[in-house]
Amino acid sequence: MSNYIKEVTKTKELRKVYGNTLIDMMTKDERVVALEADLMSAIATKSVQDTFADRLINCGIQEANMMGVAAGLSVTGMIPFVHSFGIFVTRRAYDQLFLSLGYAQLNARIIGSDAGVSATHNGGTHMPFEDLALVNAIPNSIVMEMSDDTMFEQLLKKTKDEYGLYYFRIVRKEMRKLYHEDQTFEVGKGIVLEDGSDVTIVASGIMVDEALKAREILAKEGIDAAVIDMFTIKPIDETLLVEYAKKTKLVVTAENHNVIGGLGTMVSQCIGEQHPVKMRHIGVKESFGQVGTKEYLQEVYKLRAVDIVEAVKDGLK
Amino acid sequence: MNNKQFSAQIRLETLKELQHRTFGHIGGSMSIVELLSVLYNDIMHVDPKNPNDIARDYLVLSKGHAGPALYATLALKGYFPLEMLKTLNDNGTNLPSHADKNKTPGIDMTTGSLGQGLSAAVGIAKGLKIQGKDNRVFAIVGDGELNEGQCYEALIFASKHHLDNLVVFVDDNKLQLDGPTKEVSDIGNLDDRFRSFAFDTRRIDGHNEEIIKASTIDALNKKGMPSIIILDTIKGKGIKEFENLTENHHMRFSEDDNQLLDKYIALLEGENNE
Repeated sequence: MSNYIKEVTKTKELRKVYGNTLIDMMTKDERVVALEADLMSAIATKSVQDTFADRLINCGIQEANMMGVAAGLSVTGMIPFVHSFGIFVTRRAYDQLFLSLGYAQLNARIIGSDAGVSATHNGGTHMPFEDLALVNAIPNSIVMEMSDDTMFEQLLKKTKDEYGLYYFRIVRKEMRKLYHEDQTFEVGKGIVLEDGSDVTIVASGIMVDEALKAREILAKEGIDAAVIDMFTIKPIDETLLVEYAKKTKLVVTAENHNVIGGLGTMVSQCIGEQHPVKMRHIGVKESFGQVGTKEYLQEVYKLRAVDIVEAVKDGLK
Repeated sequence: MNNKQFSAQIRLETLKELQHRTFGHIGGSMSIVELLSVLYNDIMHVDPKNPNDIARDYLVLSKGHAGPALYATLALKGYFPLEMLKTLNDNGTNLPSHADKNKTPGIDMTTGSLGQGLSAAVGIAKGLKIQGKDNRVFAIVGDGELNEGQCYEALIFASKHHLDNLVVFVDDNKLQLDGPTKEVSDIGNLDDRFRSFAFDTRRIDGHNEEIIKASTIDALNKKGMPSIIILDTIKGKGIKEFENLTENHHMRFSEDDNQLLDKYIALLEGENNE
């Protein structure tokens, strides 16, 4: 169980963490190279370019080529960190991501920013609700959604020397601060934030905060909810899921993503095959994105703590 | 062995390979035979016994469907036994229709979805530059492939980054799967187009080994900008009856075709034994 930060405070902006971590990694490892497609200002990597002009490559607005360039860089032994908005690194350049990197078995870190509703006023054209589904479908991909700045920094560093296709789904700006600096993160291992006996809420990204809030509401009504931060979507932590399916008999997933192909689907597949229990899924259902504040969009798409509470009660009927 | 002789060997082995499989991408394989011969016999620094040698020159066959010609070249160079060419497109083969770096020794990049290989080639060239290495990178694209918008993204990138360690060859055989490139999707004046992207550009006879060699050396000596060599080629080159057939992109060989292939194989075998 994690000794997470219960007091509600904010993280550093994840984009700042990205830029600083890149500089740190580039200082220590000459193989690290970062690719952008004209969104350096959005992800705060201008400082990286100032420090390592030759290893921050701004490709311009050409995501398809950027994926191929990343593939070529990997062929020469470099470690490309590729960033754009989540929709552009997945939907926009999917065949390039799939074939030139995935099928060719090359090494790259893909950072998809503005996860789901965090794209706010960029609206429907820029709001990724299907990026996890797309990346999950690439064989051998490792797919993660960051729920905090400490997690992001540590996992960028921890996976640098691993080989393969890694997807980091992130919010660009602030989130709720969850983890102390000494928290350890292991790819493929969910983190139990709260134990419980009636229901398990499995969440990722901004929905971890909502799940913790839902737990408090449920507690007042005598329902004891476990909360798991399932930051690795693939490979999903089957051992932990089966343990909690046995323990709580209802599993509710919560994701800032389409309910098709993301966290809910991965959790369902595992539980359905290994220890079927009742399930409910919180996530975007048959909808495109739109402009709005994060709060408004969470209300529209039913991504709030109260929506999780409702799903839990329905599941426990 | 001179380049002309090596071309004859590549053409022979490619034909035998395709005839054995009974179908395949013959047109676009035949049109790059002379280029492959010059590159592998006379230009590229490669070690067939150590295909992943970090000092090697790289080749990206962006028109990945011409794999059979490249496989024959690599086998003749000693990357793997000639006998393996008979496994082209067998179930579980290491010689699939489209080039695959994880299956075939000597293949530097997995290609097949057109337009993607050129991006990988510019990425390799950029990676080598960042690391201060002097390996060279060669890419082969088809004229039909230049329908793909991604190619132009890669050209912009190569030009912006002054990738003079890259030479792009365009196999301008003037045909694509459904017919003449001019009719299917006219890509206009290639020479002007590449010049406008600030590429050192030249157009040559793509079936003349001496000219290919001289032009490639010229291109490699050009500093500060990437180079493109447009090869005037004939799709299906070497098999008179197949040359410029609009249906020669991918053929399933009829009995008549097979007799024809037998004739050319015998001719080439005779040539190679001289």
